[in-house]
Amino acid sequence: MIEANKKVINSACFHCGELCLDKDIVVNKKHFCCEGCKTVFEILDTNQLCDYYSLSNNPGVSQKVKVRQDKFAYLDNEQIAEKLINFKEQNSYHVLFNLPTIHCSSCIWLLENLTRLNSNIQYSHVSFPTKEIKIIFDSSKVSLRQVAELLTSIGYEPYISLNELDGKKDKPKFNKTKIYKLGIAGFCFGNIMLMSFPEYFSIDASNVKQFELVFRYLNLILSLPVFFYSASEFYSSAWQGIKAKFLNIDAPIVLAIWVTFGRSVYEILSGTGAGYLDSMSGIVFFMLIGRVFQDRTYNYLSFERDYKSYLPVAVTIKTENGEKAIPLADLKVGDRILIHHQELVPADAILVSKQAMVDYSFVTGESIPVRKNGGEIVYAGGKQTAERIELQVIKDYSQSYLTKLWNNEIFNNTNDGTPSFIHTLSKYFTIILFSIAAISSLYWLYNDVSKLLPALTAVLIVACPCSLLLSATFTNGNILRVFGNNEFFLKKSDVIEKISKVDTVVFDKTGTLTDSAEMDVIYDGEILSENEWRTIKTITASSSHPLSKAISSYLQKYETIELNSFNEITGRGLLAEYSGNNYKLGSAIWFDKVTSSKSPEVFIEINNKFKGRFQFKNHYRKGVDAMILKLSKKYNLYVLSGDNESERYNLSQMFGNSVQLNFNQTPQDKLDFIHTLQQNGKNVMMVGDGLNDAGALKQANCGVVLTDNTNNFSPACDGILSSSKIKKLYEFILLGKAAKKIIIGSFILSILYNFVGLSFAVQGNLSPVIAAILMPVSSISIVLFTTGLSSFYGWYYQFKN
Amino acid sequence: MTVILVLIIASIIVAGGFLVAFIWSVKSGQYDDAVTPSIRMLLDNPTENNNKNNSNNQSNKSIVK
Repeated sequence: MIEANKKVINSACFHCGELCLDKDIVVNKKHFCCEGCKTVFEILDTNQLCDYYSLSNNPGVSQKVKVRQDKFAYLDNEQIAEKLINFKEQNSYHVLFNLPTIHCSSCIWLLENLTRLNSNIQYSHVSFPTKEIKIIFDSSKVSLRQVAELLTSIGYEPYISLNELDGKKDKPKFNKTKIYKLGIAGFCFGNIMLMSFPEYFSIDASNVKQFELVFRYLNLILSLPVFFYSASEFYSSAWQGIKAKFLNIDAPIVLAIWVTFGRSVYEILSGTGAGYLDSMSGIVFFMLIGRVFQDRTYNYLSFERDYKSYLPVAVTIKTENGEKAIPLADLKVGDRILIHHQELVPADAILVSKQAMVDYSFVTGESIPVRKNGGEIVYAGGKQTAERIELQVIKDYSQSYLTKLWNNEIFNNTNDGTPSFIHTLSKYFTIILFSIAAISSLYWLYNDVSKLLPALTAVLIVACPCSLLLSATFTNGNILRVFGNNEFFLKKSDVIEKISKVDTVVFDKTGTLTDSAEMDVIYDGEILSENEWRTIKTITASSSHPLSKAISSYLQKYETIELNSFNEITGRGLLAEYSGNNYKLGSAIWFDKVTSSKSPEVFIEINNKFKGRFQFKNHYRKGVDAMILKLSKKYNLYVLSGDNESERYNLSQMFGNSVQLNFNQTPQDKLDFIHTLQQNGKNVMMVGDGLNDAGALKQANCGVVLTDNTNNFSPACDGILSSSKIKKLYEFILLGKAAKKIIIGSFILSILYNFVGLSFAVQGNLSPVIAAILMPVSSISIVLFTTGLSSFYGWYYQFKN
Repeated sequence: MTVILVLIIASIIVAGGFLVAFIWSVKSGQYDDAVTPSIRMLLDNPTENNNKNNSNNQSNKSIVK
């Protein structure tokens, strides 16, 4: 009997490459792990798009979780569709979809051949880094909903969120003006340099002399775009600083640019000299390179998401005329809403259906779904994990329990905190510079008045804090690059400095230290036969409850069988029959067992005889323990968990006794906790993952979000860290700290250059040659010093460069 | 020696041409996505080659509804 069962061949799915563990469908000698994958293959096969499979191996995405059929019904709603469509040209509609599952060259190929799947799609263009597809379709023949459904049918479900709908138009695009400014500055700098050569070598031959004036005036003309256009970058930022009564680093730089330009114009017009236009344009050019290098942002990642990104765009409501999809904004108190499997409850509501299994892990951090009975309140943000439920809305979606957190003032606070130490450094630099200028002026006032002005201007020209700006921008830019290569993406380069100040690290538990997708299973009970294990494996494989899934994967080595009967009782457990034996698996309440354990358990009964139980432990991410150990030597560590205390013992073993563990924390508690730490003078880094950490992430000096997929939804934060790299958190912090040392080191180097330059300047004889040599030499050496040293540190901490 | 003057003006014009080309290329979005084109060029065009291999000689459009 048992031998007759088919042997499980763990062949990989032709479509997605996952092992066909529970199911193995064979079509054309190709294996598929689920119906979904097979369907996608069939669609592509009938349309002769099977090249998709030859471009890369198993390019698809698992289709095990089916997309509900009417999911995109709301796109028929004109109001919503209008917001998504970027541009209309008669019947040609332009739309941009975000497809998070784009991951390989096959994806690009297939998506750019959409026309072959549906000839009414006129054009499709993929942008791989942003995972976006631009589609132009004929609106008279195909609707927006059909386009979205076509994409879904081939495994690329578009991600449409409320946040994007509302703010689609003002999505920050990469600012190109800085590149234009850089290009123009580079052009002018090169040409001015070229035409200054006769001046550098002071060629006295009379036939060269006659061109001197021509060269000087050409230089003057070439310097105008640099002075008025390229350098405006610094003017605006300096002006903003002054308006805010704060002297930032750009203010002394602007002063130096103006003085240099003014003196050069005077010299050229009066015919007394060639000026320092080459130095001026060179400085502007190098500083712009630094700025562009530093500002390279990950604009395809979103660092500003709030609860709106998580809520569905539309909800299905029940009216007298049947079901209807309406935009979320139109949802009123009292509406009856229908929530399908795996959908989020958008507003606080009362459960009308008998039962629901709500997964609150996103909102509260509890790892196990909660059972709700009819009449109970289901809070917004919970995800229904069983069949479709009906609810009655009791609060507006913008006033729910979930969104209350965003009313905290911290979310309205746009202040970035204390200004960078670079500005403080530049302030002292400026004060010292002014004293030197004043002293040398005083000296010349009494000795040789004619040299006063040249000396004064020369001091200001030579000793501008440009090198300080260069050190900061190039160091930060390079560290940002190293971080990015190691899957730690920062919102802005300022975050590096925030990381360097951290002295306290706070972790969330669920999803951060633990991997919420996996659980460790322990069996405790009688020894079961192979046959019984197989039956249990089959029973659990048939259920979608997370605990069943965990057991099923724990029993991976067992083969599945054909059950005689199977019944899932939501919120209680599973009943099944196999060859005359009755199996019952389920929760403690169902079995009337009293259990002391706070962690979830699943009991097993065979023919009404208790056999044993499964216990579940959180699965900690790889390398977390070693990382914590390293961190705990230097930093204060805390764990805030929305979960119950069942993991206290495990955690205290891992963290040692020096770490404070807090359980049952609400999102508000977490925020307050961080606030208290800060009031005690701590610089806090918060590492979290879900919406339940959103407040704490925002409150913390540096909020880091952990994610399995950088395109996943992550709450507003300063940095996004790939979850596989959490083990390197300690090294990331060290590298952040190294950045500050490098900046200060290169600043000292630049002061040495300044001494050389100033020694000429105070004497009032700064020749253009010296200025022209000093400027590029100091700039380039600082660029090399900072990028080289920061790359060295990256290598030293074993980062991929 | 006045030829230098001509040469310099000519060189500035040439260099200016490159500057304009650079600005145009940035403006037209050639640097917006540096990844996809590099992959796209390695992909075969969806040409007849595909249809030939296939037994049913229907055109693509006729299959699609």
